[in-house]
Amino acid sequence: MLTKRQAKTFFIGGTVVFAAIFLGLTIDTLSNGLPRNTHPEKIDDQVKLGRYLWDKHNCMGCHTIMGEGAYYAPELTRVYSRKGPAYIRTVLTAPEGWQPRGRNMVKYDFTDEEVEALIAFFKWMDEAYLNGFPPKPWLQPSE
Amino acid sequence: MKYKSQKVAYYFFAFSMILLLLQVTYGFIMAFAHMGYDGLHEWIPFNAATATHKNLLVVWIISGFMGAAYFIIPDEADTELWSESLAKLQFWSWAIVGLIAVAGFHFGWFEGRKFLEIPRPLDYLVALNVVLFLVIILMTLLKGKRQTTTAWVLTMGLVFAALLYLPGMVYFENLAVDSFFRWWVVHLWVEGVWELIMGGILAYLLIRLTGVDREVIEKWLYVIVGLTFLSGILGTGHHYYYTGGPKYWLLIGGIFSAMEPLAFLGMTAFAVQMYRKGNKRHPNKLALYWTLNTAILSFLGAGLLGLAHTLPQVNLYTHGTLVTAMHGHLAFWGAYGSLVFAVIAYAMPLMTGRKIYDNFIGNLAFWTANIGMLGMTAAFAAAGVAQVSLERLAGYEFMEVAKVIEPHFFVLIIAATVFTTGILLFMWNFLLYGAPSDEAIQPEGEPVFQVVT
Repeated sequence: MLTKRQAKTFFIGGTVVFAAIFLGLTIDTLSNGLPRNTHPEKIDDQVKLGRYLWDKHNCMGCHTIMGEGAYYAPELTRVYSRKGPAYIRTVLTAPEGWQPRGRNMVKYDFTDEEVEALIAFFKWMDEAYLNGFPPKPWLQPSE
Repeated sequence: MKYKSQKVAYYFFAFSMILLLLQVTYGFIMAFAHMGYDGLHEWIPFNAATATHKNLLVVWIISGFMGAAYFIIPDEADTELWSESLAKLQFWSWAIVGLIAVAGFHFGWFEGRKFLEIPRPLDYLVALNVVLFLVIILMTLLKGKRQTTTAWVLTMGLVFAALLYLPGMVYFENLAVDSFFRWWVVHLWVEGVWELIMGGILAYLLIRLTGVDREVIEKWLYVIVGLTFLSGILGTGHHYYYTGGPKYWLLIGGIFSAMEPLAFLGMTAFAVQMYRKGNKRHPNKLALYWTLNTAILSFLGAGLLGLAHTLPQVNLYTHGTLVTAMHGHLAFWGAYGSLVFAVIAYAMPLMTGRKIYDNFIGNLAFWTANIGMLGMTAAFAAAGVAQVSLERLAGYEFMEVAKVIEPHFFVLIIAATVFTTGILLFMWNFLLYGAPSDEAIQPEGEPVFQVVT
């Protein structure tokens, strides 16, 4: 029968071993995987400003990016290639705030520089490789 | 209640209840917005409502944990709190910082990272506050007459939760790196160290409520928290599938996430088995119901519904959809919300001397809250599955799909109304208990209802 001491050893031993494996994989992810997939060399001042604005206005509070955020507004990981920079510019500079199908986006008074920075941020995101996310739709009605 | 200073817990429990009510209110604002009624947009835009809803959740649950610790640790360590006045100071500073953060969201003061929206200057104040809390708890434990496994598991859960907040306070220019470490906080909290806290509190409640021998309960406590870390640490990988990480996370995250329900199943089997083995003589049935509810619903919400979309092949389509909201609501309610309710239901009669153990309001609160939350989960599931089918599989535009799934939010609002009724009834009971009183102090502690070995 399992004793309390053995149970304690299982807990501490298991935790230490799996935490060590997790730390090893973290180091590899930070030094190999993430740089290969997300091109940190392309994060220039413009992309940094775009990212700053993304956080500052809590865009994740409505949208998702890399599938993370809230589910009230569209996924934006591939918005740059899906909609193009001109469309994004129109959305961000709508005089009364963007109002898609009766919903309201917050009206932001972005400067031209800020709008271009957000577009640059979306372009950087668009070029990241995310193991096939977002998936391509494949379901078609049968003939 | 054995010690006068345990009464500090009441402040945290009351604060927790107020925040929960606010959280539910913001949930309604968001659900109506999803249905197309966002009349409050000018004052409370959706991104402010969601930040408020999520952060109120985190703060009310942690307030519940802090209250639980202030009640349990003196009892377990067999001593007064190290400093009751510092504990009160910690409460007021915690409440003020929490309220400033929530108010700030309405003025656009965000950090913009899901679950960690609190701005950086406030992060430092939170950290300072939590250090004070931990000093009080650790000093109490160290000066105590005894040091139990239950108390140490609970305390270590709190210490690790504080340490894991730190990676979330570092700024990374690369959003993908930022996301990587954000999950160190969020995942390793809710599917890691918070389960230590949960295990510690559950063990305490089971020891008290079932009369089963402490040695037996604490032995299984080690096994369960061991299983939690064994699966949960590498289970973090399910957040790294599609956020810029290498491919091996699909395999590692997939395997270890599939094992995560085992830890929850262990928790369920543990609580149910202890209940069956126990003597069933403790009069506080409400506390027992909420304790067993925690063990069972955490398995359903966190374990099974988590497993429903952590397989990488499934998650490719469900990632970033309302399917996550389905899992999230039942998981947080089952594992942590219900746990805080269990502690409150157990501690309040002991702190106030009013023996509300099995009344009609309490029973009605239990059933309506749970049935309401199961209904909400079903509504999110229907909306999520429809969203995945139409948007991710068939390729319709997000906003087209949003229109189609609006009726599911009507169902959500109906179920949420039932849930809120349960919450209000629980709060009514909370008021019926009245304020804590020194007259409720029992120098010998609560009588033990026959120890079973």
